[in-house]
Amino acid sequence: MNLIAIKGVSKRYPNGVNAIQNMNLTIEKGDFVFVIGSTGCGKSTLIKMLYREVKPTKGSINVGGIDVAKLRNSKVYKIRRKIGVVFQDFKLLQKSTVYENVAFALEVLGLPKDEIHRKVLKSLELVGLKHKAKNYPHELSGGEQQRVAIARAIVNGPKLLICDEPTGNLDEKTSMEIMGVIDQVNKLGTTIIMVTHDTKIVEKMQKRTILLDSGRILKDYAKGTYKNEGRKNTK
Amino acid sequence: MKAVRILSRNIRDSFKSVFRNFSLSLASITCITITLVVVAFSIILSYNVNNFTTEIERDVTIVTFLNVDIDDEGRQTVLKEINKLDNIAKVEYESKMTIANEMMESSDVYKNIMSSWTEETSPLQDTYLVKVKDIERISETADQISKIEGVSTLKYGEGMVDKLVSVFDMIRKVSLVAVVALIIVTAFLIANTIKITIFSRRREIDIMRLVGASNINIKIPFVLEGLILGLLGSIIPIIITTYGYVAIYDKMDGQVFSSVIKLVEPTPFVYEISILLVIIGMIVGMFGSWRAVKKYLKI
Repeated sequence: MNLIAIKGVSKRYPNGVNAIQNMNLTIEKGDFVFVIGSTGCGKSTLIKMLYREVKPTKGSINVGGIDVAKLRNSKVYKIRRKIGVVFQDFKLLQKSTVYENVAFALEVLGLPKDEIHRKVLKSLELVGLKHKAKNYPHELSGGEQQRVAIARAIVNGPKLLICDEPTGNLDEKTSMEIMGVIDQVNKLGTTIIMVTHDTKIVEKMQKRTILLDSGRILKDYAKGTYKNEGRKNTK
Repeated sequence: MKAVRILSRNIRDSFKSVFRNFSLSLASITCITITLVVVAFSIILSYNVNNFTTEIERDVTIVTFLNVDIDDEGRQTVLKEINKLDNIAKVEYESKMTIANEMMESSDVYKNIMSSWTEETSPLQDTYLVKVKDIERISETADQISKIEGVSTLKYGEGMVDKLVSVFDMIRKVSLVAVVALIIVTAFLIANTIKITIFSRRREIDIMRLVGASNINIKIPFVLEGLILGLLGSIIPIIITTYGYVAIYDKMDGQVFSSVIKLVEPTPFVYEISILLVIIGMIVGMFGSWRAVKKYLKI
């Protein structure tokens, strides 16, 4: 079953840049998909459209039954509650503790306190940070901060986890640890879409991989078929 | 239940946020404090101007002189006729003997001359002292009274009163416009200060949106925060107004220059001003936050 169905989508920014051109793409439930390509190929625009940070100029985007392209500004929260997003710069509230950061995603839904407590601890346990619940983000390493961000993204049990270069700021070893966490989330049933520049990771993970170029899909590697064809790093 | 939980969380977070962003909160509170002091000052001034002009106007009396040969019955008829008019607030009777007695008491010269006067021989006239409800219609009312049978002449400082009324009216209008303008300027000033403080928290708003907070859910904590800032910002102006005004009132003995210009009594005036300041502070704080957040909720 498809979780994401992108049909005839184009995105043209007001400055005239065509970031995405007539794209068609489907992603199945429970899949793990890498999106790679050189800078400016439309990777970021593609995933931003999925969580409705950017509105497509043309076409339809269906994510878990919601037509994201038609979603009004005031209804954006509906899709955000079904999707977890992780960024390169973590986007944590610096003045809140690890626990508060993760709990925040549930508090906006108005869940009861004990339920929030249970879910937050479970989520922190999954990323291996239960013991740092009372720390503030600046007291953690980059890898740990990213784990907090992942914990926050999945605490609500989203169908889809979008990762925008989650390892961009991390060293190789920490990156692989983070990939381990993300892979584990995937194994628990969450669909993953991850944008990355790091072809080493992509090669190692051997997941479905979509190569973008100038806003079009250049290649769609099936699971286990990706090979770094002479491109050291697509950066 | 869900709404209560969300609201109570919002209230808790707003308080937390005020203290976690204390330096920014302090900037907003200071701005609110200073502007509210100015607003309080202008309200007190305009209220006092309003008060003493009204007092003076209330003192304006149409002195209605009755014909010398009028009898009791005639006086009653005149009184009835005056009371029939719609702009009459109060009518007081002063007989010629009362007037003579007052004059005799005030000076020995008068006493010598007037002591021999009787009800019949006195050249003075009986009078009705008429006060009107609407001072702006005083000439019209005076005109109507003068036409009543038995009335000889009227005195009410004709031209002077008209001028006084129009000058006072203008002062009141100007002071009202000034206060309203000041409150509006204050609102924008505070709104802008809050906007700057919220600008530094765009990231927070972004994250809130990211984790699926609805727009209203994002606005509420900021609006509540604005309300708290307004509340805190009104404390000092209230203290200054309350103690300051009482001190000035006591020092000046409740009047300016002469007993003609009376100050408004401190109680309940200072309490009313205090409540007004709190309300202005809260509304303006909420309005400022709401406007600022709204700006960052658009894509």
